[in-house]
Amino acid sequence: MKIIVCIKQVPDAKDVRLDPKTNTLSREGVQSIINPYDRYALEEAVRLKEKFGGTVTVLTMGPPQAEEILRESVSCGADEAVLVSDRAFAGADTLATTYTLSQAIKKIGGADLILCGKQAIDGDTAQVGPGLAVRMGIPYVTCVRRIVEVSDKSFVVERLMDDGYDEVEVTLPALFTVVKEINEPRFPSLKGKMRAKKLAITTLTAADIDADVAQLGLKGSPTWVVRVFTPQLKGERTMIEGTVQEQVDQLAEKLMKWC
Amino acid sequence: MLMIDIDACIGCGVCEEICAFDAIHVVDGIAEVNENCTLCGGCVDYCEARALKIEGEEREEKDDLSAWTGIWVYAEYRHGRIAPVTYELLGAGRKLADQKKVPLSAVLLTDKAGDMPAQLISYGADQVYVVEDQALAQFTDEAYGNALEDLARKYQPEVILAGATAIGRSFIPRVATSLKTGLTADCTQLDIQQEDGALLQTRPAFGGNIMATIACLNTRPQMATVRPLVMKANAPDPSRKGEIINCTISPDRLASRVKVRNFVALEGDQINLNEADIVVSGGRGLGSEKGFQLIAELAHQLGGAVAASRAAVDSGWMPYPHQVGQTGKTVSPKVYIACGISGAIQHLVGMQSADTIVAINRDPNAPIFDVATYGVVGDVFEILPKLIDKIKQSRSS
Repeated sequence: MKIIVCIKQVPDAKDVRLDPKTNTLSREGVQSIINPYDRYALEEAVRLKEKFGGTVTVLTMGPPQAEEILRESVSCGADEAVLVSDRAFAGADTLATTYTLSQAIKKIGGADLILCGKQAIDGDTAQVGPGLAVRMGIPYVTCVRRIVEVSDKSFVVERLMDDGYDEVEVTLPALFTVVKEINEPRFPSLKGKMRAKKLAITTLTAADIDADVAQLGLKGSPTWVVRVFTPQLKGERTMIEGTVQEQVDQLAEKLMKWC
Repeated sequence: MLMIDIDACIGCGVCEEICAFDAIHVVDGIAEVNENCTLCGGCVDYCEARALKIEGEEREEKDDLSAWTGIWVYAEYRHGRIAPVTYELLGAGRKLADQKKVPLSAVLLTDKAGDMPAQLISYGADQVYVVEDQALAQFTDEAYGNALEDLARKYQPEVILAGATAIGRSFIPRVATSLKTGLTADCTQLDIQQEDGALLQTRPAFGGNIMATIACLNTRPQMATVRPLVMKANAPDPSRKGEIINCTISPDRLASRVKVRNFVALEGDQINLNEADIVVSGGRGLGSEKGFQLIAELAHQLGGAVAASRAAVDSGWMPYPHQVGQTGKTVSPKVYIACGISGAIQHLVGMQSADTIVAINRDPNAPIFDVATYGVVGDVFEILPKLIDKIKQSRSS
């Protein structure tokens, strides 16, 4: 089975914070990390490979330094790594991103299974997985929490819904987006780290993936960011003081009013 | 690309501070942009010297967009009922439609319509497009997506709104991709731009640390998913009149390569976390699975849903569907009561848009108090039992 895992480099949320004085985002010491949801996608791919054979390719679209997360993924069990990188991709919204990713995946020969994280923590759109599947013309299942059955032609998986979960059967090739519940990602192994250091990473440019430039980057993006601003801070905080009983009485009074 | 007017730049460094991507640096008194730039535009408004500008290549001539008119709301149907977010969207959609003087329509995809179309009209729809087909008994992205896509191509709405629910966020991207149009996820505010009538879609990014307003100018329909509990539903008016339009979709378009075999309802607490007005949430401070009985009891007394921090879920005290935060759910209830949760940023991003936040924690320096409306410094094991008793007493008296 050939599995492709799509990953994204994102700023670490724990470093991105609002500066209360200037009410702006402080990026001091912001580290770039592999999107947390994508770790579960990678781990699931590696587990499938270990159980049923095949290869795992990690693929990312991003600037040259996104190579770091590709190497990290190789140290956690991926076999091959592909960086899709070109200035022409800058400013891509989800529609342009899915076009670029689908062209790159076609270029490297497609896959039996494509795995993505449910969403990236910087944009939180959860749109690239489904959009990519549509571009590839394959079925997809979002928010997969467990793979139940595996065969050459189809998978049975559980998808998380708001009111529980559905067990669904899907024919291959297919794309899944996964949630955290699906597994516990492993740490890089020493052997993996050695391999990651040496592995040659395939880099694909816009020309390499035979892309129509009108569909790339800012130009290929129907959505425009009109304005970015910091949210208004909530009103003053009130501390409820006193003995435990006094605190409870005051709190209960407020809750009874609201609920 | 991001253009820097080097004559105008005063090298003040504000853009360097603002940039969340580490893409701008002031070198020798002039701002320089590097390849990290994602063209988000976050810096442009902050530049007092007006030295920054995002410049795209000239876009293609606009297609004729005037043929696309009317506001659509996708009426989310699952297991025999309409999701409450639908009524909220009809409330928001009504305002947009009145402002633009166009009809508001609901789209109902179902196996059995019953009195649901009339319901949708009572909540503000002028028209209801109904597709009633056995193939829609279970939600599948392909059948639902193809049906909505075909209707959109035929009737050409200007705007399509859907709930940012598990279903909406799964199949709406399919429709937008197939129609090659823009989609904005998880919006919390919708407005009409005065000059050209475009839909301004405002949404949180970076887990709510910044807000972005997005517009889709050159393609139609303009599509958005909207976070539940943010918009206000109008009171239903059973005397409202509307038109019900029955539509058929060709069987091959309702075929799906994904088949639903079985559904398992969420265990325990039966209140859908995303739809709950009151959320009682527990963290590491609860100490054990047993500690969560206090959370469940308080939630029960208040008629709310139970949530948990990542630490509590990872410890196995609560199942994952209850996790709120970065790798779990984002909720916007009226009241969020955080018990024994320290308030790591990964948790805050999932709940800081709640109207009122109550924090109970032993540590007065816990970051949860930074976002709290009301803070109680104390031991959850002392406070919660007394609080539950007090509420029981008040309720019975």
